[in-house]
Amino acid sequence: MTKIVTHYNRRSFIKVSAAAGGGMLIGFSWLNGCKSNTPEPEAGVAVPKEWFEINGYIKIGDTGMVTIYSPNPEIGQNVRTSMPMIVAEELDVPWENVLVEQAPLNTGWYQNQFAGGSLSIRLSWNALRMAGATGRRMLMEAAAKEWGLKVSDLTASEGVIKEINGERTITYGEVASKAVGIEVPKEVELKSIKDFKLIGTSVKNVDGEKIVTGKPLFGLDFHRDGMQLAMIQHPPAFGMTVKDFNEAEIKSMPGVKDAFIVDTTVEEPGGFDEKGFKQLIAIVGESTWQLMQAKKALKANWETTGELESSELHVKRLEKALASGEVQESRRDGNPEAAFKKAAKIIERTYSAPFIAHNTLEPMNFFANVTEDSAELIGPTQTPEALEGSVSKLLNLPLEKVTVNMTRIGGGFGRRLYVHFGVEAAAISKKIGGPVKLIYSREDDMTQGTYRPTYRSVYKAGLDENNNLISFSVKGAGLPEGPVFPNRFPAGAVENYLAEKIKAPTNVTTGAWRAPRSNFTAGAEQAFLDEVAEAAGKDPIDFRLELFDRAIKDPVGEKHEYEAERYAGVLKLVKEKANWGTTKPNVHRGVAAYFCHSTYVAEVFDIVMDKGQLIVQKVWCAVDCGIVVNRDAAENMIQGGVIDGVGHSMYSQLTFENGAPNQMNFDKYQLIRHSQAPKEIEVFFVENEIDPTGLGEPGLPPAIGALANALYKATGQRYYNQPFMTEKQVVG
Amino acid sequence: MANFNLKINGKTQQLDVDPTTPILWVLRDHLKLVGTKYGCGISQCGACTIHLGDNAVRSCQLPVSAVGNQDITTIEGLSENGDHPVQKAWLEEDVYQCGYCQAGQIMNASAFLKKNPNPTDEEIEGAMNGNICRCGTYIRIKKAIKTAANTKTV
Ligand code: FES
Ligand code: FES
Repeated sequence: MTKIVTHYNRRSFIKVSAAAGGGMLIGFSWLNGCKSNTPEPEAGVAVPKEWFEINGYIKIGDTGMVTIYSPNPEIGQNVRTSMPMIVAEELDVPWENVLVEQAPLNTGWYQNQFAGGSLSIRLSWNALRMAGATGRRMLMEAAAKEWGLKVSDLTASEGVIKEINGERTITYGEVASKAVGIEVPKEVELKSIKDFKLIGTSVKNVDGEKIVTGKPLFGLDFHRDGMQLAMIQHPPAFGMTVKDFNEAEIKSMPGVKDAFIVDTTVEEPGGFDEKGFKQLIAIVGESTWQLMQAKKALKANWETTGELESSELHVKRLEKALASGEVQESRRDGNPEAAFKKAAKIIERTYSAPFIAHNTLEPMNFFANVTEDSAELIGPTQTPEALEGSVSKLLNLPLEKVTVNMTRIGGGFGRRLYVHFGVEAAAISKKIGGPVKLIYSREDDMTQGTYRPTYRSVYKAGLDENNNLISFSVKGAGLPEGPVFPNRFPAGAVENYLAEKIKAPTNVTTGAWRAPRSNFTAGAEQAFLDEVAEAAGKDPIDFRLELFDRAIKDPVGEKHEYEAERYAGVLKLVKEKANWGTTKPNVHRGVAAYFCHSTYVAEVFDIVMDKGQLIVQKVWCAVDCGIVVNRDAAENMIQGGVIDGVGHSMYSQLTFENGAPNQMNFDKYQLIRHSQAPKEIEVFFVENEIDPTGLGEPGLPPAIGALANALYKATGQRYYNQPFMTEKQVVG
Repeated sequence: MANFNLKINGKTQQLDVDPTTPILWVLRDHLKLVGTKYGCGISQCGACTIHLGDNAVRSCQLPVSAVGNQDITTIEGLSENGDHPVQKAWLEEDVYQCGYCQAGQIMNASAFLKKNPNPTDEEIEGAMNGNICRCGTYIRIKKAIKTAANTKTV
């Protein structure tokens, strides 16, 4: 067993009674009427008459039913199931007796309540285990006290405490009322990893039944009696602001209650305050359709205040940045210039990718109810704490007067790290003096900004006469940030190495998009290495393994960010599982591996071309994310990442003219569809006992490289520019 | 504004709305049946799929005035207890990620299976191509459709 001291995380364990009024139970009464908050018939435990709060994560009912609060936003990464699983494991209760509830934002009880960087499980692993173990320990102490024994005389498992040398047993439900009075232990024991019963199994999504029966779960579904609806209109182009509009006419339209220009500027904005437009036309009314009609009738005067950029301009800027731009970050090992001079062969290639939108299927929306001295916000946010801060600044209210509750979120991908739509809802609510739900149309959502930046990188490799890689350089520029990780692979594996990250300006707003920068870099780097391996006459997997070998035995430079053994490990695993080296007629293979968000993923793609149309027949994925918490859900995440990677690198792009994107909805913006998805994706996990790392992002980046490499085999043509469908050899 | 009597999930609902209002917003705003989702509003994503009689239709482009006395079924009315074979198959395969597209996927799949109880992979892809899943659960959706087809009680 591992002993773990609870004090560093003590705030999580303040007893609920001591923090009465702190907000734990003000949560989501609107969901409580739904069926699955009452026990399933097969659960075997009755609905409790009384509940006892053990700590900020756990509430136990007198019948033994357990409520576990899931602290982080649920964006489809399945933390509402996997985080409570970790608590339940250490608490040691049967999963059928567990109900899950979304916790509200509460910085006193929870840490890192956000969904981003594939960090939910990684950052909360210890806190969640501790919460469960602390609860278990307190229940055991209560039972020991009851029986006049020591805790060491007892065992606890599956919600039942037993006397080791006797017959007595007591259930968690029976002892819960007594556990409330027990002092929070200073130190608790965690289970040995080999004793896990729940972690590592496949547990079904706790919201499954609500999803398939259409229960209100999402922000857009939220309703409160008396609330108004609102829609916004932002300027049609980046570089424009609103001057005025036909206010009187709009206000006289059916169903319209109010229309005005709202300023959502926040003092000293933080990183998550990034947004396309600060002044917006807001229209308030009773029904979405009437608001949509009013939006159509808008006649606004827009003022041009900045440059109206085009895609041609973006390309020019990136080229200029690569030629003479300001370096943000770099790394140099050895003497790459001299090594290139000595090289027998030099390969230099340029890769690019366009702006893309997140396009979560649920458009941006938020509920806000602002009064004189308080603000209540409910909706889909990946960063409730940042939203709380921004709303507090906007309204000049102290933080404790702002509450944020999270709904289930219809897709995140980084889009809802940015809090502007919650801030806008608050500004509108303040103006009308009542509760309001702000709804974006798809067009508002797709044209507002916060895009994945557009990128351009030049890779260069030098081989000696024995085909050893003696020099490597990468120079990458982006609007506004370069896509280079100077200390990632192949840093540490090449004697002479140079990496330079370059920025360039744009007034198109950008943000984190699933696996930021990695979503481009992996594809470029892994396609480039494939080409270098070919020039060296080496098998692409062997070529990479040679490099990892160098990084393991005799690493170059001060440090690198990856563990070369684990990197090589996933490549070897995928090589074995895909039977690398075998061939099938008309089936073309590509491989790639990438490390990001602390997780290692290698993928092999088998593709066929059918009249220029890509068909991905099968994908093998080898993943090292440490301990796997919820196996089937983890596979789902990786499969989704692969499909997302194929989709965006093949089909998706935003192009600009006069400061505005040409694509405003799914008629012009192409997202991957059923018939274009890989037919089969098999996922293999490296089994180890390393603390778990993230899965939301790492499956995506290598898919782009493996796809590009397979496409080369199929068409004889390398793919340098995304989306690949714009190349002549393939059909979109 | 005009009066309509709509048959939704076996119940008749009386409404006074703008006749151009798409059924999607009648369901969501006026009847508080929010299982049917808004994704694009232009018949491109399938999130708003409902049944009109036995056919899967996009409710975002279907004005309330065009419905007449045809039966409307939404995800809330697909089965009494969430036990339609397609819903059960979705639970069995643990299909969803964010879940937002799934009501539309289920409504489209259930109408499709009624017409074609033993579809091939290509037929499934063809029938489902109008339903976007931004999270990329396509493989599981296809598997769940086959699972449902195999129960042969659709
Ligand atoms: S909302 Fe109707 S098809 Fe997208
Ligand atoms: S599950 Fe998220 S859009 Fe399909």
